[in-house]
Amino acid sequence: MFLRRHRWIVPYALLTPGLLWLAAFYVWPAVQMFVSSFWSGSVERGFTFSLENWTTYPDALDRYSTQFQRSVLYAGAATILTFMIAYPLAYAIAFRGGRLKNLLLFLVVAPFFTSFLLRTISWKIILGDDGLVFGPLKTLGFVDDSFRVLATPIAVISGITYNFLPFMVLPIYVSLEKGDQRLGEAAEDLYAGPWRPGGTIAGAIASGLLFALLGVAFGYSVPIMAAAGAVIGAVAGTLFLSEGFIRVTLPLSLPGVFAGSLLVFIPALGDYVNAALLGNPGTNMIGNVIQSRFLVNNDYPTASALSFILMVAILVAVAIYARLLGTESLTEGRRL
Amino acid sequence: MTAVAATAAKAPALSVSVRRLLDRYVLRLYVILAVAYLMLPIVVIALFSVNDPIGRSNFAWRAFTLDHWLSPFGVPGLFDAVATSLRVAFLSTLIATTLGTLIALALVRYQFRGAGSANLLIFLPMATPEIVLGASLLTMFVSIGEPPFFPLSEFTILIAHIMFNISFVVVTVRARLAGLDRNLEEAAMDLGANEWTTFWKVTFPLILPGIVAAALLAFSLSIDDFVITNFTAGRTVTFPMFIWGSYRIGIPPQVNVIGTLIFLIAVGLVALSVVFQRRSARA
Repeated sequence: MFLRRHRWIVPYALLTPGLLWLAAFYVWPAVQMFVSSFWSGSVERGFTFSLENWTTYPDALDRYSTQFQRSVLYAGAATILTFMIAYPLAYAIAFRGGRLKNLLLFLVVAPFFTSFLLRTISWKIILGDDGLVFGPLKTLGFVDDSFRVLATPIAVISGITYNFLPFMVLPIYVSLEKGDQRLGEAAEDLYAGPWRPGGTIAGAIASGLLFALLGVAFGYSVPIMAAAGAVIGAVAGTLFLSEGFIRVTLPLSLPGVFAGSLLVFIPALGDYVNAALLGNPGTNMIGNVIQSRFLVNNDYPTASALSFILMVAILVAVAIYARLLGTESLTEGRRL
Repeated sequence: MTAVAATAAKAPALSVSVRRLLDRYVLRLYVILAVAYLMLPIVVIALFSVNDPIGRSNFAWRAFTLDHWLSPFGVPGLFDAVATSLRVAFLSTLIATTLGTLIALALVRYQFRGAGSANLLIFLPMATPEIVLGASLLTMFVSIGEPPFFPLSEFTILIAHIMFNISFVVVTVRARLAGLDRNLEEAAMDLGANEWTTFWKVTFPLILPGIVAAALLAFSLSIDDFVITNFTAGRTVTFPMFIWGSYRIGIPPQVNVIGTLIFLIAVGLVALSVVFQRRSARA
């Protein structure tokens, strides 16, 4: 038998078809995109390659630095928001889920069973000027009639937050579930009590900042909101943040938090659907620029340069991350 | 002296029990709110599938109607779009699941030179934003400039979907393979089965749940993909492309009907698989 004598061939034979596909349709296109960024010309007259066109890069960076910054800002804000929403949820499912654990996990991923575009358009209906949320609030006089969320950065950030939330919940859940729950209990048995005064201070600062941001967003008085938030946060922090959680459970779940942050931040950085459907031209992200340069303006050189910059920036970030924490924890959250 | 000791012992106990009580109910309330937040857009999609809008803008509630459910494809182009999506999803799932399972077998079952690079090549597409994947494929197709790659078509969409699905299949099947008890295969070999028989009679049935899970994931990723498809579709219209195209002039409620149906079918499949698993676990 040929195979029996040449056993070393078997793994390569199994790998070849799939890896060839990835080489042909992932690696080669990436190289081609880099080449295209040195093109000049147009679709009608054809493109010519010249190394002299390296100036496309500084030009593109210069022209679209606002959109780059905006993407980082929105993606960063959405990542922080998904963390704040996801952590208590993942914690509750992992430690208090009981028999409902699987059902709750299913409900977390259920949004993925509907269309991404339809979900985003739903938020347009929900956040609309006289929609589900603000219609009643305006009738009751809680917010001003001229107030709007749709077509503002808040709408874009909340769209991104909603769409990528499951990517944050799952890895945090996995890391909490995998960690030994008894460690937290052991800490309590060893007299790890409420975290004071740390919990009070941390709660006051975090919730004060959050309420201040809400004040900015909704046009309420910022100092009053911040003060109210600080009081609520101080009480909550004093009551709920235990030393066992801060010193044992939270550090054990950090790999999940890091994995979740990347799984949210990467797609959020390149996203253009939320900005296109929920924002206005003033909220355009770098994805919107790439999309319109490619598909509307046929400006292949600039668009290629922009996507190449985006790809390199993300791969560098991922490489640093993988060096620090390993790639296994990255793929964990997407394994469903 | 004893009184001081008693209060010192009692005080933390009281605060701990209050905290536990609050913790239980506050956390429960939080989970209910979070799930409601996650479900809200799905409810809105379903709700607006039975709305009877004036004109083409289906953004405000007007009146209840079942008309759109009775004629789900009553909009020109919608049926073709859904059919294209199903075709692409089916073919890309079939091919990507095959290629990805082979890779997973090689990575888990064999030690060989270059395994690290193979892992990297599989990991990279998952770490690259979709827009970059789509844009780079577009530049390649344009620079080739000849059929079957250019003009863009259903074939180029299929190529793209297979590409991004392979990595997800590898990761899913690999997880299942890694958790497999190798003793079972060795036992089969000891009992005289050759490698081929062992694979089909022992290994394959054991990793089948992983392969099915990978295929379902690939199918759902493909049928809902918009970003990469937007770059590789040309004039071809898939279901998400249909939504995007009709967005500016108004999305017909029939789109919500299809969206709700896809959701219900997916939920039904998951429920079925749970029942199936419970039954086989009991048997």
